[in-house]
Amino acid sequence: MSIALRIENLSKEYRLGLIGHGTLYRDLQSFWARILNKEDPNTLIGTNKSKVKGKFLALKNINLEINKGEVLGIIGANGAGKSTLLKIISRVTTPSVGSIKASGKISSLLEIGTGFHFELTGRENIFLNGAINGMSKKEVSKKLDEIVDFAGVETFLDTPVKRYSSGMHVRLGFAVAAHLEPDILVVDEVLAVGDAAFQKKAINKMESVSKDSGRTILFVSHNMEAVRKFCTKTMLLKEGKLTNFGDTNEIVNHYLRGFNVQNNSTSEIFYKKDHNKTFQILRMSIMNHKRANTTLIDRKYPFILSFDYKVLKYADSLQANIAITTHGPQNAVQDDTVVLQWSEQHYNKYKFNNQEVKKDKGVYRVEIDVPGYLLNSGTYKFSVALVYGGSNYEVKKDNIIFNLFDSDSSHALKTGRSAGVLGLPLNWKENKLN
Amino acid sequence: MNEDQKWDIHIKPKIGWFEIDIKELFNYKDLIWLFVKRDFVTFYKQTILGPLWYIIQPLINTIVFTIIFGNLAKISTDGVSPFIFYMSGTVAWSYFASCITLTSNTFSNNAAIFGKVYFPRITVPIANVIISLLQFSIQFTIFIFFLIYFKYNGSLIYPNKYILLLPLIILQMAILGLGFGILISSLTTKYKDLTFVMSFFVQLWMYASPVVYPLSIIPEKYRIIAALNPMTSIIETFRGAFLGVSSIQLTHILISVSFTLLIFFIGLLLFNRIEKSFMDTI
Repeated sequence: MSIALRIENLSKEYRLGLIGHGTLYRDLQSFWARILNKEDPNTLIGTNKSKVKGKFLALKNINLEINKGEVLGIIGANGAGKSTLLKIISRVTTPSVGSIKASGKISSLLEIGTGFHFELTGRENIFLNGAINGMSKKEVSKKLDEIVDFAGVETFLDTPVKRYSSGMHVRLGFAVAAHLEPDILVVDEVLAVGDAAFQKKAINKMESVSKDSGRTILFVSHNMEAVRKFCTKTMLLKEGKLTNFGDTNEIVNHYLRGFNVQNNSTSEIFYKKDHNKTFQILRMSIMNHKRANTTLIDRKYPFILSFDYKVLKYADSLQANIAITTHGPQNAVQDDTVVLQWSEQHYNKYKFNNQEVKKDKGVYRVEIDVPGYLLNSGTYKFSVALVYGGSNYEVKKDNIIFNLFDSDSSHALKTGRSAGVLGLPLNWKENKLN
Repeated sequence: MNEDQKWDIHIKPKIGWFEIDIKELFNYKDLIWLFVKRDFVTFYKQTILGPLWYIIQPLINTIVFTIIFGNLAKISTDGVSPFIFYMSGTVAWSYFASCITLTSNTFSNNAAIFGKVYFPRITVPIANVIISLLQFSIQFTIFIFFLIYFKYNGSLIYPNKYILLLPLIILQMAILGLGFGILISSLTTKYKDLTFVMSFFVQLWMYASPVVYPLSIIPEKYRIIAALNPMTSIIETFRGAFLGVSSIQLTHILISVSFTLLIFFIGLLLFNRIEKSFMDTI
């Protein structure tokens, strides 16, 4: 298999402090000060010369080879160097050390609709945008119908773009980009625009581009689901260094795990005993179906939520509640929305039609099995509340954050994640009526 | 893997001073035309009078010069009717001035798009020079109308065979305007102040060139100094061809052409260096 892109010893350095003084006057001032051996009036206060020459390495010695037809996901936290890498590959800026060699044409989609002029019509903008991205007039003409059709702007083709809705604007921009036919396409999170239907269309288009025509795609995203669905290989950047490269699922899982540790989110947490509290939560944990503590759960399998609590005196109205809530807004569901709540009272009522619960003094352990496929892929929180006499006695939330993912990515690849927080596969009975 | 694979694109830290990719520029020729079209169409769409501005501007300049320098200051016009004398200077000068002004803002005006997508940056200044040419041709047509009018009203003007030099004069102005413009635009990425100095500087340069006066009022021994300004020979040749009055000599022209080429190459080399990395400094 031939190589589409080879990155060799690539580093990008930004100089701190010394970046152009900006005005000729100040440069002359600095120059004059140096001649007179005086202190440079433009040096930042409290810095000495060696500090002024401080460097910031946005990328550190990256080496990578990407084969033709590969879809490479680039992931990492903010500031890890993803955008810098894309900028260098798209030739917007240069590396400081090292080089990149590529075979074929590179086009980048760092922003949709770059170079659109609001006064020009849709048609004029298609040609302009195409040309900016390196297409000739002839190539654009050949693709014009396809582009217009894809964007769905036939009726507005000769209307100035300033009259377009923002959605049309984005669709037109993506349509041109999707028909560029470069050998290497660089995409930066552009799929995060447009409505759900268009996003799907965009993903399908990119998939077909990479599969049918063997183009290489570099895809930067914070959307792990999209990376999982779409990328054949993934690289993980951390503080400018390439820390992992390989199979997408493996790298994404590794990244998410690291992410959770960073957030002080663990799969098991113990609380110090407090003798002033009559009732107290002592431990919370989450386990996968193999009873291993983890916050990364394949949603195909059941998982176990567990907690311990202590009771110092007999109680007949103590209620221990668990809840699963969403973590961060996702798929039209707001942050911290309760997805499900359950308690011993609820269980007794359901099982024995009797919701009375009496607790003797002691320490109790609760385990709740959550069936597989119940919840959709996403990030959730596990919280526990002790309710006594009708009001919250103690609440523990935000400490256990867990991820449900679809391991069956080949299946998800075709359909994409369905919206919503529930993920039960439902039967679909359909008959042709006429 | 295979080491001798052929690479089409090689991205590296710095490129050599003389690594100018003409072939790539040629691939982007459609882009140049689309930029020209874009600027022309948008200019036309955004103003009520549209291209009429191209006519009004030199006419007003000419009238002002005629009143101030011709009637009040009574500066010599080599015996030519002042109106047509000033008009010839204004029309030629405004092409050059427009090339410089548009081109010198290349990086600052296009920072947003340059930061998102790669294409040879030189396409923008080239498009500017061409769009200025459109403006020039409209103004030049008006100038020709006046020239014919003055000729038939007995003015002492003698259009001659040197008119054939016009394409070369325009070419030289284009190269000079482009070269100087990209030189300034490269410097403005580091020194933003230059943007403000530019309009002032272009004005000064005009008075240093024989636009509102003929070269003949400069004593003969100093003319060689005036000829160091490439625009001197350009405007004098232009006037010599259309009005038949000029004090230009071949040496002046040769100096002018050499300076033009020198400025162009310095500008091109600097621009070529800056265009790859300016995103980090702007």
